[in-house]
Amino acid sequence: MTEQIDKALAREYEAGFVSEIESDTFEPGLNEDVIRRLSQIKGEPEWMLDWRLKAFRVWQEMEEPDWAHVDYPKIDFQAIAYYSAPKSMQDKPKSLDEVDPELLRTYEKLGIPLIEQQMLAGVAVDAVFDSVSVVTTFRDKLEEAGVIFCPISEALHKYPELVKQYLGSVVPTKDNYYAALNCAVFTDGSFVYIPKGTRCPMELSTYFRINEQNTGQFERTLIIADEGSYVSYLEGCTAPQRDENQLHAAVVELVAMDDAEIKYSTVQNWYPGDEEGKGGIYNFVTKRGICHTNAKISWTQVETGSAVTWKYPSCVLKGDNSVGEFYSVALTRGRQQADTGTKMIHLGKNTRSTIISKGISAGKSNNSYRGLVRMNPGAKGARNFTQCDSLLIGDQCGAHTFPYVESRNPSAIIEHEATTSKVSDEQMFLCQQRGLDPEKAVSMIVNGFCKEVFKELPMEFAVEAGKLLEISLEGSVG
Amino acid sequence: MSNENVLLSIKDLHASVEEKNIIKGLNLEIKPGEVHAIMGPNGAGKSTLGYVLSGREGYEVDSGSVSLGGEDLFDMETEERARAGLFLAFQYPVEIPGVSNLEFLKASVDATREANGEEAITSADFLKQAKEACKKVNLPVSFLKRGVNEGFSGGEKKRNELMQMLLLKPKLCILDETDSGLDIDALQVVAEGVNSQRSDERSFIVVTHYQRLLDYIKPDYVHVLSDGKIVKSGDASLALELEAQGYSWLQTEPAEDELEG
Repeated sequence: MTEQIDKALAREYEAGFVSEIESDTFEPGLNEDVIRRLSQIKGEPEWMLDWRLKAFRVWQEMEEPDWAHVDYPKIDFQAIAYYSAPKSMQDKPKSLDEVDPELLRTYEKLGIPLIEQQMLAGVAVDAVFDSVSVVTTFRDKLEEAGVIFCPISEALHKYPELVKQYLGSVVPTKDNYYAALNCAVFTDGSFVYIPKGTRCPMELSTYFRINEQNTGQFERTLIIADEGSYVSYLEGCTAPQRDENQLHAAVVELVAMDDAEIKYSTVQNWYPGDEEGKGGIYNFVTKRGICHTNAKISWTQVETGSAVTWKYPSCVLKGDNSVGEFYSVALTRGRQQADTGTKMIHLGKNTRSTIISKGISAGKSNNSYRGLVRMNPGAKGARNFTQCDSLLIGDQCGAHTFPYVESRNPSAIIEHEATTSKVSDEQMFLCQQRGLDPEKAVSMIVNGFCKEVFKELPMEFAVEAGKLLEISLEGSVG
Repeated sequence: MSNENVLLSIKDLHASVEEKNIIKGLNLEIKPGEVHAIMGPNGAGKSTLGYVLSGREGYEVDSGSVSLGGEDLFDMETEERARAGLFLAFQYPVEIPGVSNLEFLKASVDATREANGEEAITSADFLKQAKEACKKVNLPVSFLKRGVNEGFSGGEKKRNELMQMLLLKPKLCILDETDSGLDIDALQVVAEGVNSQRSDERSFIVVTHYQRLLDYIKPDYVHVLSDGKIVKSGDASLALELEAQGYSWLQTEPAEDELEG
């Protein structure tokens, strides 16, 4: 049985190709001069450079955290290049016609055509390649609605006041080691502003691609949903298959003003490394949103890639009656390690949060859920419900749950449910006795286990996520 | 070798589980449309036979041969045997949480169709068939949306197995102690479902400990399995005889756990 499942789990990483694109890449190394050069290339205002330098000094004083249930060799931050951009992007192409066709082909190969006519109607895409944004589609249509969706480097020029006001307002520079590093060296990412009372007419999406060798990707995303507005945002990510580990340290900040709603979905498919754990992305990400009165933030993530994942999309429920949700599927196989979960910080009255986490471990991988639910003294009548399910495939993997609960308000109600199960021989036999091959059987059982999370994804993405799991579980059988 | 008129031919089958011999020289021939009951005490190898035929992992064939429709059964993978028309109705059907019955059944039906070179059935056609099947086995249509066997009662699970059989239209159905855990009403529903599926193209192996089920599903032949071999065969009247006298008069040596009741 184990052998059968292992076979079914073996897979090719389909996004592992390298694009032949000439790039301008910094020499590896990190110091204040590197940050100055980076800021200069991007033509940033003085205050931005100061902000970066301040962060860099903070970062230098910090220690790399070691509390996560993951194990990897110490990262040499001087061996990483902190900026890489395709040469063809130097002249800032004004339209798709001017974009290097090889770049467009890269995204097409990944299933993200950037030609608007070929795209899924209703999804606008910002394509980030290494350190720069290649193109953002459907901008005219969004502008009509007053929605701003552009690379954050561009927002710094066009909307400096908005960026200055909110950048670092949810994840402060000192928050943690990788967030501080990101503040110092972030390159590009998406900026979104939804005006008051506006329902964003399209799904917004950013697709991150690491291509260049030995570079890190440090993207920064900032989404502001003004009072009474709504936006659904999706991100996807892939990288070539390489023997060296690469660092991805992103920061995402969400601001949901009164009565606003942000739905943030991620399908993370960074290169996970090979069967023996060689290569793969270190995915150390800080994601947090703040909810004002009656606002709602919903995080949905499907994590199938990366060698090491360290990620806790969180909600600060500041306003009364605000709502935070976290729906997660994390699949680890081979030697992958994931330590992921969420933090729900209840500050306001009658705030509510829901956490549904589904961890699937296969091969020799380790999968941990780590979550914090905190009820502050002001969180009168607050409620949390947490459900944490682990599915084990085979007998050499690990599933771990680290729930932290802190309640400082006696009227708050916190519920936690957890289960651990296995893909059983009986289930496999039933499926096969009904004519399903082992691959299909495993993927069906796993998809069933994840159903509660998949139903939270936007439709186009739910299909994609299902397929991704299927690909993840697809093997060489037959 | 194989006779065209024989659906299943078992010749001198020896099989073991965890290196313990369970089936010890079993012979059986089943023609299309026949219903064979296999009875016997606990530990005789009744369930093992079903698992060996359907290809469950851990059930090793030591020697002998089995052909299904002229094909060597042991050349086929578990799922290929299923697609070739072998269906096992489980004694204790397992749950698959989150996978809807409808999704599961359609995947099963499509796998068989694909193996036969047919296209996948359309969702609309399949839904229609599935609803009819629900009605026949007396399950509310809402069960199609529920997870496979998830939270079903014992009787509902058995009826769900029967529904799968109706949709997959197998050539050979092995009912593994389908009567266990059923009250008399549920037993009747299941038996009626089976009877409605009897045809010249479908054969049954009804594995049971008790004669009770055979009041409702009339077998053409009854075989007594004891210590891994068929020790006596006869017509339906043999079942009644067993009911009256028990199994001990047929046994060459006593089974580990004698009749419990």
